[in-house]
Amino acid sequence: MIEIKDVTKTYTTGDVECQALKGVSFKIEDGEFVAIMGPSGSGKSTLMHILGALDTPTSGTYFLDGKDVSTLSEDELADIRKNKIGFVFQTFNLLPRASVVRNVMLPLVYAGVKPEERKNRAEDALKSAGFDETHFTHLSNQLSGGQIQRVAIARALVNNPSLILADEPTGNLDSKTGDIVLVTFQKLNTEQGRTIVLITHEHDVAEYAERIIHIKDGAILSDAKTQARKIHSL
Amino acid sequence: MTIIDILQETYIALSSNKVRSFLTTLGIVIGISSVIAMVAIGQGAQGSIQASIQSIGSNLILVMPGDQRGPGFQVSAGRGSARTLVQDDADAIAKEITLAKAVAPELSGRYQVTSRGKNTNTSVVGTTSAYPGVRNIEIDQGTFIADQHVQSLSKVAVLGPTTRDDLFGEGADAVGQTVRIKNVEFKVIGITKAKGGTGFGSQDDMVFIPLSSAQRFLAGDAYVTTISVEAMDADAMASIQEQITTLLLGRHHILDPQLADFNTLNQADIVATASSVTQTFTILLAAVAGISLLVGGIGIMNMMLTNVTERTKEIGLRKAIGAKRRDINVQFLVEAIALTFLGGLIGIMLGWLISFGITYFGIIQTSVSVSSVFLAFGVSAGIGIVFGYYPARRAARLNPIVALRYE
Ligand SMILES: Nc1ncnc2c1ncn2[C@@H]1O[C@H](COP(=O)(O)OP(=O)(O)O)[C@@H](O)[C@H]1O
Ligand SMILES: [Mg+2]
Repeated sequence: MIEIKDVTKTYTTGDVECQALKGVSFKIEDGEFVAIMGPSGSGKSTLMHILGALDTPTSGTYFLDGKDVSTLSEDELADIRKNKIGFVFQTFNLLPRASVVRNVMLPLVYAGVKPEERKNRAEDALKSAGFDETHFTHLSNQLSGGQIQRVAIARALVNNPSLILADEPTGNLDSKTGDIVLVTFQKLNTEQGRTIVLITHEHDVAEYAERIIHIKDGAILSDAKTQARKIHSL
Repeated sequence: MTIIDILQETYIALSSNKVRSFLTTLGIVIGISSVIAMVAIGQGAQGSIQASIQSIGSNLILVMPGDQRGPGFQVSAGRGSARTLVQDDADAIAKEITLAKAVAPELSGRYQVTSRGKNTNTSVVGTTSAYPGVRNIEIDQGTFIADQHVQSLSKVAVLGPTTRDDLFGEGADAVGQTVRIKNVEFKVIGITKAKGGTGFGSQDDMVFIPLSSAQRFLAGDAYVTTISVEAMDADAMASIQEQITTLLLGRHHILDPQLADFNTLNQADIVATASSVTQTFTILLAAVAGISLLVGGIGIMNMMLTNVTERTKEIGLRKAIGAKRRDINVQFLVEAIALTFLGGLIGIMLGWLISFGITYFGIIQTSVSVSSVFLAFGVSAGIGIVFGYYPARRAARLNPIVALRYE
């Protein structure tokens, strides 16, 4: 369960201060599928970095599964990311020249999972992400955009995180493959009960989630259940 | 992260840019191999110089004429050119110094030596029957000069094998033939065994004749140029040296040892001096090679820094999925060490091959010591650590957010 309260984030570049978040509060229960939507520059990525324990807020608190994350050290944050969070980025960020399976196993390497176990878990995650089994041994730079994003989703899943964070996961995909990726998220949410936070600037994309938090200029505009939620099956 | 994981990551990273890895490693290969080869050359030279000094005899003390210097009289005629020692000095040493095992006076000079049609310029040594024992010379054919030859001013000569080859042709039977030195005919009665060593001062390029004959027919006076004294054992050397000095000062009526008209040279001192010279030479060579190793190390650092910049996004990703500073640090450090270690390994083999080649083609005797191999290994791993440290630290300290945004 996620609970943030009055979170602000101020970036200081030289003398210029930029308040990217101006007091944001919300709760996300386990098993929810939430979209955070807003125009470019509204603070979505900043919020995701804080939710993903990549960064700490300037003020305010962040409880993840009851633990206060807002004051942790760098190494403690790394442990949180390792054990509780799975990321899917807009630019796919796979290791080039490494196989699909190896890419997915990477979080397990840092988590200290036994080498014998890693491959099975990676293959399970790839299947959950809907990745075609015949391509498991391909190198990551031999894949299409949609395939790459499924690998990235599998990599986010492999550690059984309490939270999957996806920052504009369809931003670099055409709308058809984008839809496939979004349906994959939906399936993970409904079939496996994963908590998913999807960040996007497109309303079309946000409508795949069950709840939409709308932010603008670093503050929440609205937070409501999705009307006319898109439900697709593949 | 297990060691195997780290090694796998390293392999993938280095093999993904093979040309760059190879070129960077080449710097280390050149550095390490030149260190190995240079040290091998230095140590080989040291070994062969020591061996050639040892080959002139064992526990040897050489007494040579020195320049007699009066107060305020600084002009020196050069060591060995003065005429202050005579055969009686040698006889006195043999008689009065009991620790001396054998004494061999000699009168040597360079002369043109001729045989039928051929001639060579070589060192002619007038000496006594004690000489072979003192100076480790063995007879191959015939006999060496006997006491009787010295007493009767015999015109006989013993040739070194090189001189024999020069005068009579390689391996020719020269015993019984004659040679002419300063227009005096000498009958060849023996050939010495080859001792090796080349160039000026080779023990194989010599002509031995009776001391008395050399004094009478060649030099025209009664002086000797060197008295070789063989000590009973190494421990006796210092005291013999002292006793000789005292004895000769007395015989030459010199009160102040500073004004002695002779010098005594201890073989151990010669070895020590030569060793220190070759050691300096070795250090110099190693230092030059060390600089190329340093340049190789800077190459490694340069490549690793480029690497960190190029892989900024990857580092951000690794951090996002849970890598700690330590993990990133180790990964990049191991990459640098793997490069230098590999370079070290190839460098050692190459250096060994170069040394082997130098020995094989007879340029100079070399010896690759185990210690220099271990040192090279240590140094190459050390270079990896030193020059990999800063890039690895830079990678480890990258802020994951900045790294992920990096384009
Ligand atoms: N590292 C940073 N340093 C300074 N300003 C930043 C930094 N990251 C983001 N910002 C600023 O914060 C605001 C929010 O950025 P961001 O969270 O990336 O927005 P979004 O992802 O919604 O486009 C923007 O005005 C951006 O310029
Ligand atoms: Mg953004």
